[in-house]
Amino acid sequence: MSAPVVVSARPSLPSRVRRVWHSRELLVGLIRKELKVKYKNSVLGFAWSMLNPALYLLVFWFVFEKVLRNGVPRFPIFLLSGLLVWNLFSVAVGSATSAMVDNAGLVKKVAFAREVLPLASVGAAVVHFFLQLVVLVLALVGFRNDVAVGYVALLPLALVVTILLAAALGVLLCALNVYLRDIKHIVELLMLAWFWFTPIVWQFRSLAEPGSLAERLALFNPVTPIVLTFQRALYARLNGDSGAILPDWTVAHHLALVLAVGAFALVLLVVAEVVFGRLEGDFAEEL
Amino acid sequence: MGHAIEIRQVSKRFRLRHEKSLKERVLSFGRDTGEVFWALRDVDAAIDQGSTVGLIGHNGSGKSTLLKCIAGILRPTTGTITTTGRVAALLELGAGFQPDLTGRENVFLNGSILGLTRREIARHFDDIVAFSELEQFIDTQVKHYSSGMFVRLGFAVAVNLDPDILLIDEVLAVGDEAFQRKCLDRVREFQREGRTIVFVTHAVSQVQEICERAIVLDHGNVVADDEPTEAIAEFRDRLYAPSGIEGPETRGGGRHTGAITSSRAAPPSEMELRATKAVQIVAVEFEYPECESRGYVLAGDPFTIRVTYRAERRVDDVMCGLGIHDSTGRLLFGSNTKFIGVALPPVEHELVVVFRFESLSLLGGDYRVSFAIQNYDESVTYDWLEQRHQISVLANDRAHGVVALQMTVEPA
Repeated sequence: MSAPVVVSARPSLPSRVRRVWHSRELLVGLIRKELKVKYKNSVLGFAWSMLNPALYLLVFWFVFEKVLRNGVPRFPIFLLSGLLVWNLFSVAVGSATSAMVDNAGLVKKVAFAREVLPLASVGAAVVHFFLQLVVLVLALVGFRNDVAVGYVALLPLALVVTILLAAALGVLLCALNVYLRDIKHIVELLMLAWFWFTPIVWQFRSLAEPGSLAERLALFNPVTPIVLTFQRALYARLNGDSGAILPDWTVAHHLALVLAVGAFALVLLVVAEVVFGRLEGDFAEEL
Repeated sequence: MGHAIEIRQVSKRFRLRHEKSLKERVLSFGRDTGEVFWALRDVDAAIDQGSTVGLIGHNGSGKSTLLKCIAGILRPTTGTITTTGRVAALLELGAGFQPDLTGRENVFLNGSILGLTRREIARHFDDIVAFSELEQFIDTQVKHYSSGMFVRLGFAVAVNLDPDILLIDEVLAVGDEAFQRKCLDRVREFQREGRTIVFVTHAVSQVQEICERAIVLDHGNVVADDEPTEAIAEFRDRLYAPSGIEGPETRGGGRHTGAITSSRAAPPSEMELRATKAVQIVAVEFEYPECESRGYVLAGDPFTIRVTYRAERRVDDVMCGLGIHDSTGRLLFGSNTKFIGVALPPVEHELVVVFRFESLSLLGGDYRVSFAIQNYDESVTYDWLEQRHQISVLANDRAHGVVALQMTVEPA
């Protein structure tokens, strides 16, 4: 017989984290479910995930290489190297925010570690990210774009930090969204604004001079160091025809920035868990 | 034996929220707003391992909230609940099934939501499919299932989880009759295996049938925690008290046996001769207002018949029926527990079944009553009493015939 389980008003944070950890298999199952349900009854299935960036590549190659020359060589590569990781972040946060409400039927009737629902949304976004990454890698080969090998080593860490940040926001927002359904719509709008605050379409160095106030402000955006690291590693060009594109920071500088974001994400994750823990006791009633 | 569930000082408060705009919410953020409603108030209870306990109460009494707290779906506002062993809550069969996934995929997903590892599910998979009788459809998307198939698969997953504690919330009321039987059989099997069962219902008959103890909740308080019969009596009192309806069975005093004395008795009928007497009717009692002082029933009064029957050796499969005849012997009304859909528990020693008429719709006269105890498919007759009991009905003389139909007259 297993150890006694105590249901109380405020289970401790470690006990809840342990419970999430024990739900790993459920997490994998739910991620698999999200992916299966998304492409059920579609002939191309996962290919749809890859067609999206492929189309981006084609359109941006045509527009910016042939029609509107914007001074950024191989603009499609530049765009995709930042866009894919942003998509991971924004899709993860967006779908995690509504995860609890979307699974109301389950939450009301079955007991399980509820954090698993937003985490599964993040997990599904990660799988999509890797599918889209295949397209980017093919494009890198196709365009014969040399990557910056030293910086590529930072990418796994940057990816983990992105996932942590998305998970923290996802856990926090999905709990709040149960009580205040407007959160979901607010998040959609904020994500749009956040996208344009992040140097994905525009080039960081074209707006933020080294050492300027603009640069310091831009780095308050926790996604900026992650996107810059991806661009630095994969796009790898510092300058274009009409000036600087990316900052010429060292690997160590990028590492420090990414670690700082990681520390922020961890703190946010703890805050999110605490808030989630205070709210989850009534989810079954509020949904 | 230890306690499977210990409920200590559990209270649950809900806030009744009214539709509020974003502005109001933001302005009131962090402050207590809205009415407060206590669904549970200082509930204390301990449930022994291997026991079957019914939670009864009217709607809004807090019984489902308590069950959800035990399951861990809701958290109590104060107090703790300690459960020992794997808990499976059957609050809704097939909760969390994904319509777009196949039966097989859903079994694995549902199993892992309920806390099983993939390996454990794989081990139980064949049993689950066999129990659900969905072998042919297991690789079909669940959205193509009928509601009955859906429920069958949900129940099959839940009961094959090998739970130590099973929490059931009125789910046995779904599915067709055969499936309900199967579910009840499974619940009995769980009882025999010494698992703990907590069972929420307002079908009192199921509590009497299955449970060895019942906890009655009223407005979030435990008002009775006793043997089913006692607890149900308390529940009835509370249920009837506010509305002014008095349950006839709560009346004390003498009861009428209504038995026809032997000098007037007819020779044994064919069915009576066929009776095996494996189960025997030992007493029949009639109850109605002032039955201790009156030998007749007033037409339109509540009327209750209690049939006590006994078996020397355990008999599992039992239903009980009665018939009301007029003085010529013609059957006016006949029904049984199977028609009504009430399952009777196995007879080990002595059991009582109560037939209740809220108002006896007969006109004045003498009526005879027959009783039968048979097995479920009526192939074996355990006992049969052919018109051995009589009731006298007194009515005002506003109609002729036998049936007191409700009628008003007015010039058009």
